[in-house]
Amino acid sequence: MGDWLSDLFSNPAITDRLPEATLETLLMVGWSALLAAVGGLPLGLWLHTTGPGGLRPRRSVNALLSLVVNVGRSLPFIILAIALIPFTRSVTGSALGWQAAVVPLTVGAIPFFARLVESAVREVPAGKVEAAQLAGASRAQILTGVLVRESLPGLVSGFTVTVIALVSYSAMAGAIGAGGLGFLAISYGYNRFQSDVMIVCVIVIVLLVQLLQTAGDLIARAVDHR
Amino acid sequence: MTDGIVLTGLRKVYPLRGGDVVALDGIDLRVPRGAIHGIVGESGAGKSTLVRCVTALERPTSGTVLVDGEAVDAAGERDLRRVRRRIGMVFQQVNLFDARTAAENIAYPLRIAKVPAARRRERVAELLDLVGLAGRGGSYPAQLSGGQKQRVGIARALAADPSVLLCDEPTSALDAATTRQILALIRDVRDRVGVTVLIITHEMSVVREVCDSVSLLDRGRIVEHGPIGEVVGRHGTRLARELIPLPVTADSTTVEAAFAVEHTGEVFRAIGGIDGVAVAAGTVETLGGVRVGRLRLDVAPDRRAAALAALRQAGLHVTVAPGEEAA
Repeated sequence: MGDWLSDLFSNPAITDRLPEATLETLLMVGWSALLAAVGGLPLGLWLHTTGPGGLRPRRSVNALLSLVVNVGRSLPFIILAIALIPFTRSVTGSALGWQAAVVPLTVGAIPFFARLVESAVREVPAGKVEAAQLAGASRAQILTGVLVRESLPGLVSGFTVTVIALVSYSAMAGAIGAGGLGFLAISYGYNRFQSDVMIVCVIVIVLLVQLLQTAGDLIARAVDHR
Repeated sequence: MTDGIVLTGLRKVYPLRGGDVVALDGIDLRVPRGAIHGIVGESGAGKSTLVRCVTALERPTSGTVLVDGEAVDAAGERDLRRVRRRIGMVFQQVNLFDARTAAENIAYPLRIAKVPAARRRERVAELLDLVGLAGRGGSYPAQLSGGQKQRVGIARALAADPSVLLCDEPTSALDAATTRQILALIRDVRDRVGVTVLIITHEMSVVREVCDSVSLLDRGRIVEHGPIGEVVGRHGTRLARELIPLPVTADSTTVEAAFAVEHTGEVFRAIGGIDGVAVAAGTVETLGGVRVGRLRLDVAPDRRAAALAALRQAGLHVTVAPGEEAA
C-alpha cells in the first residue's frame, strides 16, 4: 500500500504533468464555456423567438437555425474537431495546444447549449409573456425581463450540463493534441501502460465534474424563486 | 369620444383544415365608463376570445374594438403598446413573474412606462395598500397564497392607471371565501378608481356578487344581455333562472315559477286555491335593485294542465322542462 502510494508520488508524469494538465483542462473548459454561453444564449433565444408560438414566428428562419443546430449536434465531437482543424489553425495559428482546442469545443458547445436554452425558455408560461405584452413591453424587454429572467434556474442547469459536456469533450480533444487531462491519460496511461496515471486522471475528472455539478445546483437553487 | 368599451360587429373566425371555426359571431357590446359588466357562458362559448380581442392579443377577423374611443384592433405595434397601457388584465392563472417580488411585479408596468424610480416606489406602496397587502411587497409569488397572488395580480393590472380592467376568470382558481374577497376588492377598486371592468366568468355567483350588467354568450353570440335588475325581471329566461337559483329538490314532477315580489300576496292566495299544487322550494332575492321570487312547485300529474293554466292566470311565469309542456 505504502509502496503503491510512493510510486504514485515519484512518477514524474503525475507530479509534474498532472497539475499542468489539470490547469490546461480548466482553461480549455473555462474559455469554451464562456464563449459557448455568449454564442449559445442568443442562438437559443433566436430559435425560440422564431419558433411556433414564439415572439416573432418565422418559419423559414427557424427551420434554417434548427438545421444548423442539428448538424452541429449530430457530429461526434472527435469528428467535428478533426474537420475543424483548418479553421482552428486559421483562428489560433496552430492546431495543437489547449488554445487551439477552444475552437472546436466552442463550436461543439454552442448548438448544444442553444437547444438547452430553447427548452428552458419554452417552459415560461405563455400567460407571463402576455402579461408583459399587456404592460406595453417591447419584444426586447420581454426577451430579457421575462423569458430569460423567468427561466434563469433552467438556464443555469443547462449551462452546468454544457460545462460538464465540455469536460468530457476536452478529454477527447486530448486525443488529437489539445493537452489537458485527456492527453495525459491517453499518452501515459494508455500509450505507455502507466495505469496509475490513467486512474489519477479519471479521479481528477470525476472530482471536477462533481464540483461543477454541485456549484451549478447551488446557483440554480439560489436564483429559483418558484 | 366614447368612454368605456365599445365592441361593434366583432367577429373572429379561425380557419381550420376541417372548416372554419367561428369563435365570435357578430358581438355588439357597450360597457359604459365605471360599470362592471359580466360575460358568462359555457366553456367554448367564445368568452376568452372576446377578451383577447379587446386586448389585441388576438386580432378580430372583422368588427371594431374601442377602448375610451381609441381603436385597439387597428392599432400598429407602437400604438398598440400605448393603447394597451390603458388596459389592465387580470388572469385566471394570475401570471405573476416568479422571479420578481410582489412589489417588483406591481412595478413592472411602471418600469416599462419609464416611470421614475421614486414615483414607482410610491405607487407600488399605494397599490399594495389598495389591495390589502401592505408590507408584503418583498415576498415572492411562491410565498403568497392563491388569494394574495391574485391581489398582486390586480395591483399589477392597475399599476399604470388603466381605464379598463379586464378580468378573465379571476376567481376560478380560488376557494369560495377567497373568491368573495377578490370580488369585493374588484368592486372596491371600481368605486375608488372608477375603472371600467369586464369580467369573464362561467360562474353565475360572480355575476350576482359584483356585476352591474351581464351578457350571456352562447356559441359566439350574445343571446341575452342587460342590467342585472332588468335581466332577473325577465322571468323564465336562462339568465334570470341561473342568477336566482332554487334549492335542489329530488322530485321530478315539479315546475318552476317566477313572480314579481309586489304580487306575493296574490300569488300565494292563488296557489292555495289551485288543486294539486304544493310549494316544494322557493326563494326571494333582491338583485340589481329588483326583488324577484321564484318557486318550485309540485304539481299532481293528473291535474297538470289545469293547474298550469291556473298558475299562469294568477300572474306567475311558469317554466316547464322542455318537452313536458305537451304532456
